[in-house]
Amino acid sequence: MASDPAGMTRRQLARHAGWFGAAVVLSVSGGEVISHIAHDRDSAAAAASAADANALRFVQVSDSHIGFAGPANTNVTGSFDRAIEQINTLGFRPHFVMHTGDLTHLSTLAQFDQVRQMMSGMRTERVFTVPGEHDSVDDHGRAYRQAFGGGTLGDGWYSFDTHGVHFIALVNTLSLEKLGHLGPDQIDFVRKDVAGLSSDTPIVLFSHIPLFAMYPQWGWSTDDALQVLSLLKRFASVTALNGHVHQLFTRVEGNVTFHSATTTAYPLPKPGMAPAPTPQVLPAGRLQDALGIRTVKYRQGDTSLAITDQRLA
Amino acid sequence: MASMPGMTMSAGGGQGSGAGGAPAAANAVTIKGFAFVPAAITVKAGTTVTWTNQDWDAHTVTSQHDGGPLGSTALNTGQSYSYTFAKPGTYSYLCTIHPFMTATVTVTP
Repeated sequence: MASDPAGMTRRQLARHAGWFGAAVVLSVSGGEVISHIAHDRDSAAAAASAADANALRFVQVSDSHIGFAGPANTNVTGSFDRAIEQINTLGFRPHFVMHTGDLTHLSTLAQFDQVRQMMSGMRTERVFTVPGEHDSVDDHGRAYRQAFGGGTLGDGWYSFDTHGVHFIALVNTLSLEKLGHLGPDQIDFVRKDVAGLSSDTPIVLFSHIPLFAMYPQWGWSTDDALQVLSLLKRFASVTALNGHVHQLFTRVEGNVTFHSATTTAYPLPKPGMAPAPTPQVLPAGRLQDALGIRTVKYRQGDTSLAITDQRLA
Repeated sequence: MASMPGMTMSAGGGQGSGAGGAPAAANAVTIKGFAFVPAAITVKAGTTVTWTNQDWDAHTVTSQHDGGPLGSTALNTGQSYSYTFAKPGTYSYLCTIHPFMTATVTVTP
């Protein structure tokens, strides 16, 4: 079911995550056994598999734009279906799937219904989301929160813990002018949210628009993100995962590693390589090379997350 | 498209400003190729400006700053939005769906 953190405190959510984590170990082990038989027979690989059985694994998908009907992709529903099928055949059952926004193209109730129904077919225990600007057309995110915002705070932000990692899901698409914007209430939420955490707790931030200045000329930045990042300076490991830009991009700034994800819908140009970030029509047969999903693995004690981006199969 | 509460609508809303490719009238803005064309116009107070979406994707006409007067719904292909500017000033606006699309209307006395 496409669920949300409905009615859960962070502690309750952590407990729930622990419960489904226990269930997932079996399927993770199953997946690793298959992999082991296919590729590796040495004991080192077996030991790694055992360690991986306790690892956190989740999936990030982004920018499905359900309802888009332009020449850059005439079947975004089919593309998102394939992404879901790819998630469901990873060989392990991800602990959760995070969709980093622009679930819909124009925020209509029918589009929210459709994407919610599609995501209910994801074989995972939980589905999380953050809104994109396409999910808050005309209504400041009301329809989005109706579909996906149960149990969230403010305009839809929240946090949760699992496998020793603290996750914060941010909303930076509602009060945007040219750039993304978080606002003082949300920054205050983060301040209080991390206050009690030890500095060696890995932090993962999710947002739709990048929290770093990927290309401000096209709005690919968040004007008050530094206020949040400054609250996280004491943490040894901070990873920020975003969508919006429809392409892979990684940057390290101080203690933060930023990873932009690609889309399941249509590509946008590389920064500055076109007059504007408009949907790009690729030659026949090339579209799916630009689309994909991301898997993320974290083993407790590691200093960073292992990120794998896969093209749409 | 639904009406736009609180906005002054021109009686002819929905009609384009002329044949495609013709220069826009001084009080008409075309939305095409993910841009407002022209991106800057100057009109006298009391002028009604009409935006017409000629793109294949939807766009909005929305004031850049909270409390600004412009606030269309999502305009699909062929749909228009109009607003009558009563007070002189510079009005910055964008498309909230594609916020890299920005433009201004300057209103003179």
